[in-house]
Amino acid sequence: MSAFVALLGRDIRLAFRAGGGAMLALAFFIVMAALIPLGIGPDLKLLAKVAGGVVWSAALLAALLSLDRLFQADYEDGSLDLIALSPLPLEAASFAKIAAHWLTTGLPLTVVSPLLGLLYGLPPAAYPALVLSLLIGTPAISAIGAVGASLTLPVRRGGLILPLLVLPLVTPALIFGAGAISAALNGLSNGAFGLLCAFSFVAVIVSPFITAFAVRPNLAG
Amino acid sequence: MLPISQLDVANLASIRGERVLFRDLSFSALAGRPLCIEGANGAGKTTLLRILAGFLSPSAGTIRLRMKDGGGTADADLRGPYIGFIGHREALKSQLTARENLAFYAALYRAAGDLDAALAWAGLARVADLPAQYLSAGQKKRVGLARLRLCARPLWLLDEPLAALDHAGKALVTAMIAEHCAGGGIAIVATHEGLDLDCAQLRLGLA
Repeated sequence: MSAFVALLGRDIRLAFRAGGGAMLALAFFIVMAALIPLGIGPDLKLLAKVAGGVVWSAALLAALLSLDRLFQADYEDGSLDLIALSPLPLEAASFAKIAAHWLTTGLPLTVVSPLLGLLYGLPPAAYPALVLSLLIGTPAISAIGAVGASLTLPVRRGGLILPLLVLPLVTPALIFGAGAISAALNGLSNGAFGLLCAFSFVAVIVSPFITAFAVRPNLAG
Repeated sequence: MLPISQLDVANLASIRGERVLFRDLSFSALAGRPLCIEGANGAGKTTLLRILAGFLSPSAGTIRLRMKDGGGTADADLRGPYIGFIGHREALKSQLTARENLAFYAALYRAAGDLDAALAWAGLARVADLPAQYLSAGQKKRVGLARLRLCARPLWLLDEPLAALDHAGKALVTAMIAEHCAGGGIAIVATHEGLDLDCAQLRLGLA
């Protein structure tokens, strides 16, 4: 088993153990997206119209819940020192952690999203756009979130600063993701999917390097 | 035999904020003989070890790792792959069992050794499948020792390896350092308890 897979596997395992963030993020996503129809009332036309934006906003906030622990936990218990001395470059370690975060939050959110589509009376034609936009866009949230998590590493209660730092940076994903859904709703095609792909791709490629760069000075401890 | 022969430190200084922890620190740690770093609390033992490990840049000075084949490196990134580190934090995940923690580090460090043998050596066979949060401070330390042994790095940097251990545990650490050095390894040990071994001494905090 390679070092990369070892770190990926450990982080996935931790996310599903007691105190891990995977189930919490999923529950938060479902509860938040389910609350809004209750507030708006049974106007199916309006609900279908806001579905994309609401589901995407809920996904963003849910993914942020566990992000502040992405490096913090390893930093506090000294594991980060040992990861830094391992044969795995810090860039690859960052990528493993981003991948583990996505597999335990972004992917489960994507899988349950059709269920939420039902709550909003989404027409069948919009479901592929809903699922596909989350599938493509949520890796960008994990990747950009990792940059934020590494920058707030030495900050006590960094979990409070993290959303302020990360949310503005991931707005393109929200705009393109929700845009793709509303385009599908109206039977149109706009460039939102292409832009979402591009944004996500660049975020996932670049983030591990920035993250590693920001983590390194914090080893000084 | 291990590939490294000695670690040379020349004119090392660490200034944190306005405080000079140490300056003009020069010493060599030789393969085969442990180096004991002594000093009062706050003298800079942990800082020195973290500088040697490459986590922290020194304010001045050079650290050169010399190889048996005559080569060497002063680059902290190239030193990393030789280092086995025990810090004052245990680096264990409390939700994972002792065995899972150890298996993770073995895979991360591409160590080929036998996991069960390492656990048994550290006296952890009975608690190997307990989550680490139920282990005592000494048992957690022993998991760290098992990791150090399993990962088989030639240059050991140990920060207070005796802390929290019982008599048998301290004997285990002493024996393992002696064995490591006898096999051609370097061990640099920060401790205020003193090692029951023939070792070179370095005192911090007199300047």
